[in-house]
Amino acid sequence: MAERVLEVTGLRAGYGPAEVLFGVDLHLARGEVAALMGRNGAGKSTTLKAIMGLLPPRAGSVRFAGREIAGLPPYRIARLGLGYVPEDRRIFTDLTVAENLAVGRRPGRSSWTPERLFEVFPNLAEMRHRRAAAMSGGEQQMLTIARTLMGNPEAVLLDEPSEGLAPVIVEQMAEAVLRMKAEGIAVLVSEQSLDFAAAVADRALVLEKGAVRWEGDVATLEADEGVRRAYLTL
Amino acid sequence: MEWDFLLVQALSGLASASSLFIIASGLTIVFGVTRIVNFAHGSFYMLGAYMAVTIVPWLLELDRSPTMFFVGVLASAVAVGLLGVAMELLLLRRIYRVPELFQLLATFGVVLIVQDVVSMIWGPVEIPGPRAPGLRHAVYIFDQRFPAYELFLIAVGPAVLALLWLLMHRTRFGVLIRAATQDREMVGALGVNQAMLFTGTLFLGAALAGLGGALQIPRVSASSHMDLSIIVEAFVVTVIGGMGSVPGAFLAAMLIGQLQAFGVLVFPKITLVLAFLLMAVVLVVKPWGLLGRPEAASGRAVLPEGILDPHPLGRAGRLLAAAAVVAVLALPLFDAYTVKVGTEVLILALAAFSLNFLVGNGGIVSFGHAAYFGLGAYGAGLLVVKAGLPMEPALIAAPIAGGAAAALFGFFVVRLSGIYLAMLTLAFAQIAYAIVFQWVEVTGGDNGLVGVWPSSWAASREAYHYLTAVLTLGAIIFLRRVIHAPFGATLRAARDSAARADAVGIDVRTHRWLGFTLAGAAAGLAGGLYAFSKGSIDPTLLGIPMSVDFLSMILLGGIQSVMGPVAGAAAFHAVKDFFMPLTDYWRLLLGLSIIAMVLVFPRGLAGAFVSRRRGAS
Repeated sequence: MAERVLEVTGLRAGYGPAEVLFGVDLHLARGEVAALMGRNGAGKSTTLKAIMGLLPPRAGSVRFAGREIAGLPPYRIARLGLGYVPEDRRIFTDLTVAENLAVGRRPGRSSWTPERLFEVFPNLAEMRHRRAAAMSGGEQQMLTIARTLMGNPEAVLLDEPSEGLAPVIVEQMAEAVLRMKAEGIAVLVSEQSLDFAAAVADRALVLEKGAVRWEGDVATLEADEGVRRAYLTL
Repeated sequence: MEWDFLLVQALSGLASASSLFIIASGLTIVFGVTRIVNFAHGSFYMLGAYMAVTIVPWLLELDRSPTMFFVGVLASAVAVGLLGVAMELLLLRRIYRVPELFQLLATFGVVLIVQDVVSMIWGPVEIPGPRAPGLRHAVYIFDQRFPAYELFLIAVGPAVLALLWLLMHRTRFGVLIRAATQDREMVGALGVNQAMLFTGTLFLGAALAGLGGALQIPRVSASSHMDLSIIVEAFVVTVIGGMGSVPGAFLAAMLIGQLQAFGVLVFPKITLVLAFLLMAVVLVVKPWGLLGRPEAASGRAVLPEGILDPHPLGRAGRLLAAAAVVAVLALPLFDAYTVKVGTEVLILALAAFSLNFLVGNGGIVSFGHAAYFGLGAYGAGLLVVKAGLPMEPALIAAPIAGGAAAALFGFFVVRLSGIYLAMLTLAFAQIAYAIVFQWVEVTGGDNGLVGVWPSSWAASREAYHYLTAVLTLGAIIFLRRVIHAPFGATLRAARDSAARADAVGIDVRTHRWLGFTLAGAAAGLAGGLYAFSKGSIDPTLLGIPMSVDFLSMILLGGIQSVMGPVAGAAAFHAVKDFFMPLTDYWRLLLGLSIIAMVLVFPRGLAGAFVSRRRGAS
């Protein structure tokens, strides 16, 4: 079995009095793409936020690259090499494309540079001095991924990358995920669309009511209508 | 009027705009990144002036050159910047996630501490500064003399703007500041240590305030009340420009500078009113200021805490209320001094209750509640002293005066929310203060008016105590009923989600406006009663410190509790009355207490009591 870059056990988290995660167990192998699936409200985004430290975990352990990171502030987690791409994009609209990338840069590491990123995302190269507010939704989504890659992460948490985007952009997103994989970056992508998951992921984890209920190959999930009906379809 | 005179007037407007911008830019940068409105920014400005009147003469002793003057000014700015760093490390770092009201109060605690520390170090007397070597002369602009130093100041503002622009666009620190102004949580998720960024921002912001203060020393003496006068102006500038926007602050400072330079020719006494009118107009047309933007939904970690589910008094509550009423009625058995304090507590309890009606029940964080209290007092006092009416009609006029002012100001206030709302209430209160302070013929100005005595039947301390008890307890019971009534629930709904309340068909603005007016009327009644209990009125009744006293009372009592403010008023006033005569450093003590309360008991004494009981059960 491949070395695990991320290992989550018994993760519990919530907002105020509302519990959302009731003991999530999952792991991510080095260089692997895994899809975290489930319906709206199953806890996908909350899981990613809790791993990233944006929502303090109430219990459980999160190990990243051999270190316990539960309870660390997000910036420490990011510096250890875990990248996070939020679902609502959250780019800095007042800043230019180049400045957005500069915020993501971690001084000291340098394998990803703006130039290399512009090769991967040629659209961005043409608008590097444009204010991000003047970009389309798809371009902004590309920019969030590029911005996270500027930190040279070992693994990336990618939250709902295909949500609300045109099909042609969704294809580009899938390519971007595969490109990350080719670079050896492990990706945990939360996703509702089985098609997107099948296009990028090796393995699927199905979340329901705050815990992982099913785990296996994406292909198996596609074939197993019973599981799909139980956890995914509406 | 000659056109060269107008030109000189415009130039002096530019000079004050320049100074104002330097100060306001620091405030707006700090707010942008930390989301804290830093009251102590005015204190940094004052400290900059005091540092400069200390450092600059010493340097000029060594060498009487312009260089030494500016080295001294910059050294003062850096020293103040370091004080800003200390404030971030010691205080702000602990309160980034507490509600805005508590942040404002805590930074006001710093204002109080600095005031006493400044008078300890530099004494109570104003200290004039040296003039700048090389810039002491006047230049002739056509036939008008104009100080060279003012010309220099005109150039400094744009120079600072240009340097800030370079910093913000050409350095990593600046890009991070701009990014964090928009979404600080995301900046953290990208690996930026926010703590360092915030500390750096406070250095920059405080240094700009210090620079602004240090540059003033050839024009004005360093004095211990320059902090509050500048902070209100800086608030107005940042609110008009859009909080967090440096170019906005520049634009707003220019507008205010010109408005004041020419306004003073037309309406010599009400320049502050003009600035306020500009602010009101801008906020109605552009609620986020000229170049500001709506608060991003992300990063708002703090839900408004307030009264959640008012319920009828339980057995313990009824007993406590009965005991309190008996105590109030029995007070005249004690000595006259106790009766006096008891009367004051009743009056302040009504004022605090009416404030928490807004803050705790309505989520309307008013930072200028003393305006309605004070206008009630003046409404009643002027009728007695100037119109010769007896107490009875004057006490009817007091709530009408407070309510009318609240209705007028509230019309603008309820259009805003959050920190903009708090700033606007503060600005309105300062307007009311300025009018009362400057309209000497009618109000007696700084000295106020004496001879506000009750009618003969209520002239004895005891009789007046009972009169006060009937009116204040009646008003508190009435307001309490309103909190329990559907109207109160409607205000809570609007507090928790204005959009959802709107969507279910509640006219949020009208309800909040009515609530604001009602609270203003109650505060006005309290003010009227206060005037007769003292026999006099003066502008401190409307001042910021008075508003802060009220806020401290409800903070002490707990804003989530319906009756807490009454207990808070009693505790606060008793402590103040006991300690104030004993110490020369009451403000220091009060400032430290406010900060301690925010840090240790953010839910107030009543809140701490309730949560302990809940924890135990």
